[in-house]
Amino acid sequence: MTESVLAARDLARQFGGLKAVDGVSLELFAGEIHAVIGPNGAGKTTLINLLSGDLAPTAGSIRFAGHEIAGATPERIAQLGIGRSYQRVNVFAGFSAFENCRLAAQARLAHGLGLFRQARDVHVLNEAAAAALERVRFERSERIAETLSHGEQRQLEIAMTLATAPKALLLDEPLAGMGAEESERMTALIAELGRDHAVLLVEHDMDAVFRIAHTLTVMVDGKVLESGAPAAIRASAAVQEAYLGSDETAP
Amino acid sequence: MQAARERTMLLAAFALLALFPLLAGTFYLQLFAKIMIMAIFAMSLDLLVGYTGLVSFGHAAFFGIGAYALFVLSPQYAAASLYLSLPMAIGAAAVAAAVIGLLVLRASGVSFIMVTLAFAQMLFYYVIGSKTLGGSDGVYIYVKPSTTLFGWTPVSLDRPAGFYYLVLAALAATYLVLRFVTRSLFGHALLGIRSNESRMRALGFATTSYKLAAFVIAGAIAGLAGYLDATQFGFVSPDLLGWRLSGEVLMMVILGGMGTLYGSVLGAFVLVLLQDGLTDVTRHWLLPLGLFIILAVLLLPRGLGGLLRRAEKAHD
Repeated sequence: MTESVLAARDLARQFGGLKAVDGVSLELFAGEIHAVIGPNGAGKTTLINLLSGDLAPTAGSIRFAGHEIAGATPERIAQLGIGRSYQRVNVFAGFSAFENCRLAAQARLAHGLGLFRQARDVHVLNEAAAAALERVRFERSERIAETLSHGEQRQLEIAMTLATAPKALLLDEPLAGMGAEESERMTALIAELGRDHAVLLVEHDMDAVFRIAHTLTVMVDGKVLESGAPAAIRASAAVQEAYLGSDETAP
Repeated sequence: MQAARERTMLLAAFALLALFPLLAGTFYLQLFAKIMIMAIFAMSLDLLVGYTGLVSFGHAAFFGIGAYALFVLSPQYAAASLYLSLPMAIGAAAVAAAVIGLLVLRASGVSFIMVTLAFAQMLFYYVIGSKTLGGSDGVYIYVKPSTTLFGWTPVSLDRPAGFYYLVLAALAATYLVLRFVTRSLFGHALLGIRSNESRMRALGFATTSYKLAAFVIAGAIAGLAGYLDATQFGFVSPDLLGWRLSGEVLMMVILGGMGTLYGSVLGAFVLVLLQDGLTDVTRHWLLPLGLFIILAVLLLPRGLGGLLRRAEKAHD
């Protein structure tokens, strides 16, 4: 058994009286796509926010690469090697796609604040940005981010995350709002990224999820209902009842 | 192409300013020195407002600290050494900016504006209550700093042209330093913070450190401007720390065009010359000045600097 890259134990987050995430445990392994599915309000995005440090958990532990990171700041968690994308597109709107990725790559240069290095002279960053854009097959790298289509901005966001050279990727609904063709390409890309990253994928597109995920965790009301291989989840009566629904045909 | 033209224009402007003392009398030399001091001050604020997205409404605090530092460092009837007092004044402003920055940078947006104002006002009232600093009456600095180094005096600051050139050199140095800073990796990170700070943190940038460093650099340069102001007028009063001056310099940055550096210089020239010109014409000079600023902000969202850029594009 290989050791997990990221392991969450009994993770909880409470908003007032609402237990958005309630005792969730899960593990991510290198080279594995772990999808988290569940109805709206199940706490999937909150879970990602806890893992990325955007929210501090009220209880529980998160181990990543030998560090306890529960409650650490987002910048520290990103520095350790967890990259995330957002449900709503979150890029530097006024920068070109290339500049977006170069800035992302800069985050991993551990050389103080960079006051004494002129940006255009740092070739490693240009190379890292170009490589990240290449990896997601992004072509219009000189375009200003806010003028890109929704699908392209999503692609760009993945490229930015890759430019920080993460070990684990947390992807929050990367297919949301995409057309069929774009969606197809993004699904293939995520499958490819899953080979050399530990990927946590939150997604509503069940077709895509069942196609590329190696492990599925089903969340309902902040709790893990069931976790296992896609075939086992598809066959589970509890999941059928709670989420997939009796008249909704499982893929 | 555009960068080359920008450089030509800046060099031409610098040459004109360098030749100005050959043509102008004392009155205009002093006026232009005052404008250039405000330009230094405005550029320092541009680093915060234009590049980092931190709208400080208390930037005069550091200007005032630089000015009072010269008073504290000057013997009563003798000259302070420029080479000692200037770095110490800048250092004092930088230290104050580091301390205040640590506290105010916890806030953002509108609360940042209010908190910076609050700290500047605290200093303002501290000085008003302080006997050693002259209270609300202010204090005089009877002798300008001396430039004598090992018995050699390159320039006397008592001569208007001598002081003018010191200020021009400080203006050029400030521009070059800030240009270097804004084009560094650090400067690019500041632009990222202005655009989307939470995304920067998610990428792994410890954004508070970057903002604090920008705050200290801006404070130090504001201290330089305050020191020069105290040298020029030989008089320091609590107004130099006050919210009116903080507002004026903010206006110069906005009027000139944020995030360009040279726009702030332009803003300083236009605002001070307008103030000066309008007070000659009418007692009710604030009214036309206010109208001008409102129109400029409405019609020129990128400020006067943006207007220059547009003219260049049309020319192409």
